[in-house]
This record gives sequence, C-alpha cells and structure tokens, in this order.
Amino acid sequence: MKPELMKRMVKGPDGVEFEVEPLRDYFCEVPPTVMPAAYIKIVEDLFNWARAESIWILGFGTGCGAIEMRPLMTPRFDAYRYGVQWRPTPRQANLFIISGYLSTKTLKRAIRAYEQMQNPKYVIGLGSCTINGGMYWDSYNTIKRLDDYLPVDLYIAGCMPRPEALLAGFMDLKKIIRAGKGEGANQYAENFAWYKENQKRVIHDWDMPDYNW
Amino acid sequence: MTMRELYDRTKALFPLGELIEQRSGGNNDLVFVTVPAAHLRATILHLRDKEGFSHLVLLTAVDWLEEGQFQLTYLLNNRQQAYDLGLRVMISRDSATMESIHDVWPTAATYQRELREMFGIDFPGSPRIEEEFILEGWNDIPPYRRDFDTLKYAQEKFSERPGRKTHDPETHMRQQLYPDMSPTGK
Amino acid sequence: MDFDWMKIPYAFLTVFIVVNYGFLMTALIQKIGARVGRRYGIPIWQNYLDMIKNYGLRSSITHGAMFYLGPVFRLSGGVGLLLFVPSIYGSYMFSNLSFAGDLILALYFVFFGTLGMALGAAESGHPHAAIGITRGLSQVSMAELPFGLAVFSVALQYQTLSVTDIVAAQQGGMLTWTLFTNPLAVSAAMLSFLGSMMRPPFDVVIAPQEIPIGPPTEYHSSYLALMQTNRVIFPVAKIVIYMNLFFGGATSWPEFFLKVFLIYMWSAFVGVVFPRFRVEQSIRWFLVWAVPLGVLSIMVV
Repeated sequence: MKPELMKRMVKGPDGVEFEVEPLRDYFCEVPPTVMPAAYIKIVEDLFNWARAESIWILGFGTGCGAIEMRPLMTPRFDAYRYGVQWRPTPRQANLFIISGYLSTKTLKRAIRAYEQMQNPKYVIGLGSCTINGGMYWDSYNTIKRLDDYLPVDLYIAGCMPRPEALLAGFMDLKKIIRAGKGEGANQYAENFAWYKENQKRVIHDWDMPDYNW
Repeated sequence: MTMRELYDRTKALFPLGELIEQRSGGNNDLVFVTVPAAHLRATILHLRDKEGFSHLVLLTAVDWLEEGQFQLTYLLNNRQQAYDLGLRVMISRDSATMESIHDVWPTAATYQRELREMFGIDFPGSPRIEEEFILEGWNDIPPYRRDFDTLKYAQEKFSERPGRKTHDPETHMRQQLYPDMSPTGK
Repeated sequence: MDFDWMKIPYAFLTVFIVVNYGFLMTALIQKIGARVGRRYGIPIWQNYLDMIKNYGLRSSITHGAMFYLGPVFRLSGGVGLLLFVPSIYGSYMFSNLSFAGDLILALYFVFFGTLGMALGAAESGHPHAAIGITRGLSQVSMAELPFGLAVFSVALQYQTLSVTDIVAAQQGGMLTWTLFTNPLAVSAAMLSFLGSMMRPPFDVVIAPQEIPIGPPTEYHSSYLALMQTNRVIFPVAKIVIYMNLFFGGATSWPEFFLKVFLIYMWSAFVGVVFPRFRVEQSIRWFLVWAVPLGVLSIMVV
C-alpha cells in the first residue's frame, strides 16, 4: 500500500495535529444500491430507447483491442452515426469496453473506472482474452474470465474482432438495452460481495476503498 | 574500423571472452563478447568514452537454470559507425547481484528495476530499485525465472471458463481447408 | 412603472423555440463538420436523445451545493441573456423583457454562466476541472475583451444602451447595418465571437482529447443534461446579440433562423479549417489581432 494512503498523524497549518485515514476520510464507502427502473413502464421504455440510441463509451483501452476502436471514429466506419460517442471521463460514460487482455494491474483501474460510472451502465468484453483468457490463458498476470469481476452484458469474440464486429456488437447491445435487460449495474449491486471477493482474490495489494463513487 | 580490430584492441586491455559474430557475411555489425562481471564497468566506460559506443540499447537477462547462472546482456550501439556490441556477463543465480551502471547511462536504472522485479537480480545503489516496477503486490518468486511455473500459477489464481479447446494450427487448418486429404498431408 | 405581464409567457415561448432550434442547429453544424471530415455525422436528433438519456440516468452524485448550482448558473446565464434581448425586432410577442439599459445586462450575462460554472466545477475537487477552469476563464476573459470594446464602440456610435434602439437604427436596408457603418467594431467582435463559441481553434478548454474535457470532468447525468441544454441556448442567445448589434436584427422568425445559422457558420467554417490553439497562443492571438481592432473602432467613433 502506498504511504500516502496509510493512516497517519498530520500537522495542520494552524499547528493542530490530527489523525488522517485516507481510505476512510476521503472516500465514501457506502456500497452500491439497486436502483429501480422508472415506475411507469412507458417512461422506462422511453429512457431505454434513449439509452440505446445514445451510447457513450469510456475512452479507456485496456489492451490491444483499443486499436480497433480508433477506426470507428474515422470516416471509414464512423460509429457516431449510430449515436455512439467516446467520452474521456467515466462520470459521463455509459459503456465500458474492456478491449482485450486485462492484467491484474489494469483490472484495479478498470474496477475503479467502472464504479465511477453512473447507473445504468454496460460492459462489453472485446476479444477472446476477456472470454477465456485467449492467448494469455497461461499468463501469470492476466485474468481469464471477465464476468467474475465485472457484470458483462455482451462479449464480442475474436482475436481481435474487426471494427465491423464491434459495430455489430453495438447493434446487439442496443437490442439488449431496448428490451430492458441491460441491468448490469443492479446485478453488480446485488452480488456486490461476490464480485468483491473475486476481485480481491486476484488483486493482492488492495489499496482503494471497497466502492469508489 | 571493423569489429575484429575493435575486439583485438579492447582485448589487449580487458580479459574478454571469445568474439561471437552474429551476422556473418556482409556488414558484420552485431557481435557479442563475454566479460567478467568485475571488469564490466571498466569495459563499458572505455567503450563509451574511447570507442564511441554512446548508446545503451538494452539491458536484459537470460536465465540459465541448468548452469545455475543468469546472463546479463548489455547491448551498446555506436551511432557513428552503426555498430552494435553486446556485452555478456554471467553471474551466479543464487544471491544474484550486479553492479549498477545507472551513473553511466541513466536509462539503465529503469532496466535494472525491471530486472530486479522480473528476475530478482539486485542492483544495489540504483535509483528507486526497491519500488514496484510493473507488478503490483507480487507475492511469489519473480515471474521470469524459469523455475516459476506460469501455467500452474495461472490455473491456481485465475478462475477458468470451462470448454476451452486448443488446436494445433497445422492439422486444424488442414482439416478445415482440405478435409479430403489424408491426415499425413499426402 | 407599468409592466405587461403577458410578456412573461411570450418570453418563455421564445426560450422554447430557441431551445429546439438550438438542438437542431448544433447537430446540423456538427454534421457539417463531420462531412468536411468525410464522415456521415450524427443523426440530426441525436442531441435530444443524449439529453433524454442523461436525464434518465438513475444515479447521480453531488459534491456540494455549488456543484448543483454550477449548471444552474450556467443555464440561467444562457436563458437570461436570451430573455433580456429582443429576439425579433418590431414584434410585441418576441421582444422579450428588453429595456433601456439591457446592453450592459447582456454583457454581464455573457460572463455570468462561465463564472458559475467555474465555482461549480471547482467544488467537484477534480484536478482536471480546476485546470480546465483556469484555462477556460483566461481564454474567455481575453475573448470577451474585444467584444466589450466593440460593444462600447457601437453604443457610442448610436448614443444608446438599448438593444432595441440600436436595431431600430439599422432598419434602413443593408447599408445601414453596423457591419457597414462601423466595420472595425464588427470585425473585432467577430474575432471575439470565434473565441467564445467553444469551437476549434479555441476549444482547447473542453476538448475531450486535452486535459480530459476540462471543467465538466465530474459532471454527469442531469447536471450534464442541464449543461447540454445551455450549450444549445447560449450560442443562439449570444448570436442574437451579435445579430441585433451588428447585422440589423431580425424582423421575423425565418430571418432570425437564417441569420443565426449564417453567423454560427462563420465560427464552424473557421473551426473546420484551422487547427486548435493552445491557451497561451489563443490569448496572444486575441491580444495581437482583436484587441487593437476594438481600440481602433472606439477611437474612430
């Protein structure tokens, strides 16, 4: 654990000494809650339709698959015409694409980023590495099953899948959201203990709060 | 100046091993030489200051498990002449320690951090050598050592999805593309 | 002082029209920008969808009262700007709440939103937001300087601070527009216009590829939706001022739509042609090119 995250005594500018425990003081540790859908069905349908047609992706490339997302922004594939956009901050993103292999070190960051996204949020696992480890099946540092650690809505198989496959994946994700089945965030909240147990089993130096708002 | 001349000149000063020419024929511009660990620093300084090897291309290690040795390779480059010279240093595998050269080339410090984390070779005095380099919270023997069983570690640590199959690419593609052909390919 | 209460619902009607027009126009401008890059571009109704989605997100996190008020201030800056400036000249319905000294108030509102935003984003505590604000405020202040000079020049020229009177003075055909009677002020203001529209080459503050997205880094769900709404109102409101001051105002909605679109196109046109400036470059650019024009225009008048 990093020294700045340790519990310690700090002397303030006015000379008063006080105790600081960063993980407890600076972060809110309340676990996530299940957020119900809108009460009226037609409103929820409208929201689901808007969510499906306006997918904002977190621009976080975890592995080699990140290179397959770049062509989607360019004239050849142009995902913007399907309402797909890239956002640089997890607060504004709805879709997290785990693009390829995920080392345990990146998994830590991916979990933090995922937890900072707003409900409802979706996860796509891109490439065979996220499904069963792919070519990294015997690696000492790469997770093999993404859905043990984050709730995955959709997998896109391949090594690597081409941008066309990604576009097809977006279309399938839209169908899932339209049908109201994109409830990964609530699933995460319901099985929070199980997910945390899996995450902590592979991340040895857990130096962050259990839930990052 | 050829690499052979350079070798002869340097050999007069330092106890170098045999010259191994990696690219025989044509321009012979990549050679490897073994140096005793105690003479490495002097050799490197000589090559850098007198022979124009101004650039450290890489510093890496090989694990000779059976011989009980680590081989460190310092690959130097002479920009003017476009020559590469690899210095090989054999050190003992247990209590693996080597002199740091971060004051000769500051970039070496990064390589040395990596070697310490991945192979467990210590370089006393190198900056930030104690810090984690890329692995976070590693609690096993260094992963690039050959006695570390990667497969076993991965199977124990990461949960697996059942149903994974491995195909030999050659037989698999032959069956896919030419199913009528006999298995031997005749 | 008698106040016509009927003006209030009419003013809200203006806001409604402008919001919808703004949504469609910004999408259209984005589409034009995409076509320049040989992309197909977003659907024209994409902005509506994004907004519904952001309002429809189930969770949102606050960082304190000012974090709430940031987008609210920003929106009130945009709406206020719109409400106190006549959008259609000569129309009782759409002259809004304009009064004799409204030009000064409008100038205030132009800056108001940015300030509110700065306070709100600072409360989010995100370092990127803080850097974004510093960069944004310095750039916007510099961009507003030539505009302020140009406005004073125009006010001196017509000897009034009422936008309605300024528009009235320009109703004698195209050659009576400020564009032709005071070209120096107009060119200074149009250069400043580029800076305040948050489009390239002056969009380094909120560009997603830069220090991630700048001030709104922490804003999400309904906060972001509020800011999106403002992002369509504010340019139109700002253009309305420009149109009234420099381009003869508008006497009907079609004329209004056309003029606003054309003025916006000026910024879009420059944006697709020129690459992005860094903040210090853009400040220097305003100081070297726009501010002297503004000073000159005041001296000439």
